[in-house]
Amino acid sequence: MPEQPGRNAIEVRGVRKVFGIGESQVAALDTVSVSIRENEFFTLLGPSGCGKTTLLRLIAGFDFPSAGEILLHGQDIAPLPPFKRPVNTVFQNYALFPHMTVAENIGFGLEMLGKPKTEVKARVAEMLKLVKMEALSNRRTSQISGGQQQRVALARALAPQPKVLLLDEPLSALDFKLRKEMQIELKRLQHETGITFIFVTHDQEEALTMSDRIAVMSSGKILQIGTPWDIYDKPAERFVADFIGETNFLTAAISGMGNGKARATLKSGVTIDATVAEGFQPKDNATVVVRPEHAKLTSGKGDLSGTVENIVYFGTDTHIHVRLDSSEAFTVRQQNTRSAGCGFELGDRVGISIGNDAAQILRD
Amino acid sequence: MASRFDIRRQTGFATIAMICFFALYLPIITLVVYAFNAGSSIAIWEGVSLRWFYQAWNNNQVVDASIRSLQISSVAAIVSTIVATMAALATTRTKPYPGLGFKYAFINQPLMVPEIVTAVALLIFFSRIKIWTGYSGLGYLMVAHTAFCIPFAYLPIRARLENMDLSLEIAAADLYATPWKAFRRVTFPLLWPGILAGLMLAFVISLDDVVITEFVKSGGQDTLPTYMLGQFRRVITPEINAISTVFLLISILIVTVFFFISRKKDQE
Repeated sequence: MPEQPGRNAIEVRGVRKVFGIGESQVAALDTVSVSIRENEFFTLLGPSGCGKTTLLRLIAGFDFPSAGEILLHGQDIAPLPPFKRPVNTVFQNYALFPHMTVAENIGFGLEMLGKPKTEVKARVAEMLKLVKMEALSNRRTSQISGGQQQRVALARALAPQPKVLLLDEPLSALDFKLRKEMQIELKRLQHETGITFIFVTHDQEEALTMSDRIAVMSSGKILQIGTPWDIYDKPAERFVADFIGETNFLTAAISGMGNGKARATLKSGVTIDATVAEGFQPKDNATVVVRPEHAKLTSGKGDLSGTVENIVYFGTDTHIHVRLDSSEAFTVRQQNTRSAGCGFELGDRVGISIGNDAAQILRD
Repeated sequence: MASRFDIRRQTGFATIAMICFFALYLPIITLVVYAFNAGSSIAIWEGVSLRWFYQAWNNNQVVDASIRSLQISSVAAIVSTIVATMAALATTRTKPYPGLGFKYAFINQPLMVPEIVTAVALLIFFSRIKIWTGYSGLGYLMVAHTAFCIPFAYLPIRARLENMDLSLEIAAADLYATPWKAFRRVTFPLLWPGILAGLMLAFVISLDDVVITEFVKSGGQDTLPTYMLGQFRRVITPEINAISTVFLLISILIVTVFFFISRKKDQE
């Protein structure tokens, strides 16, 4: 799908960010380009140190790029200081002003913009309602819980109606249940306000459940941009497949390419069809990935064979770890039923059949 | 729980604590008690009286020295706190660079150079200026006091700035606050208890300085401490006790007021 330039909220063009001087120079961002559409819930996903927060800080204006452009609705904002950018941030530690009440915090941005008092008051009331904090509007921020602080931080960043809202791992300090609640809450807020959200996280599950599109980052580069479905089911390279969800990696000899598919001969001698990552020309040997839920364990002969090494019960499903005869490890995920066990025991000889369309060949 | 080390349960702790308390407060208590002595000795008790308070109040030299002390200390405390606040902002709100450590040392120089050295240097320096300008007012003492008060005001302000969450200022900038507005609305209110602490400290340090004052002052510019020191060379009467007691009361009052102001700030 060709992208229309006018519909992009943020365009990052060839941005580099180098920290340090001389020999101790480190490129936190290595020539990154990405377009983020209007009204999109866009996630920057990657392990710590991958450059995702650096990119967010460049968009917010807390740092300036060493090279490249950052366009907001077509206008280069890279040289502007943060207070001149119609972009607001929800900080990881919330950064609420401790000497102000909840309502004063939320109204701060509007007040700085020089909006009349009555307008500020009305907007603050509206935001308090949006995040369901009306009852606590006169509390100090130190007198409310972590989840409530999170809501205030959101309301404060949303109140000036920014063109883009930046969220820097805002859920990482919350406990599991509250985090799940806030994930849904964030989606609702994004939907209701129609503001473009750029969300930074290292939690792949959070990224998959919340995002319209995800950019997977590693060592200062964007490895792949796509919908959660793209990223999970059609990872472009090994790092992406490994980082998102659980994956089995097998080495295979490649023969016969065509129609986006290749014939891959596994170490067990069985040959299967596998899709090839876009734009990739595999040579003789390549890595084949199979998700644990796309393979099936049989007591008879399958595409692969091995011995059950470990069985881990997860409630909804069971993970069965198999040591293949080729000495590679392989995990199969099997849905649990209420009455029956998983049907296998440690040390069992088993076969593994790989479903049609389950295998993919990756760039290493 | 029982095995946890607690210094309060160590043998002798209570004894040591009591000795410290007596060493600190017994002389002060004695001083205050003898301020009310009816006799003219600071060691022999002859009954309760307020006569030494009256006498001090009616002693023009005491009153003049007190007023002079308050003038010098107020100016020195306010000016040094302003300078210290700016210095603290400049040294903490910046990326570390070579030479920053040297700047810390430069600001804190009065803490490291022996006071007597500064005093002699100022005496020589100011006497030159006096010859050139002909001015010989209290300004010299004010400048001298301001200079050595700066590090005392600087330390609590810098400590407060360093403990302050930097993301608060970044958040203010993110919410459209210009650097000046961010300072006025976020940094300054949060820094205020530190500034107040610096101001108090500078005031108290200036108020009881003897060495530098003694060297820098011109004739008839006695501050309260140098006046009292001069009195000790003659006859010692409980008048000294009475003056000290009044000043003790004033400093307790100031510290109490400060305590309540800063506590209220933190609760807000």
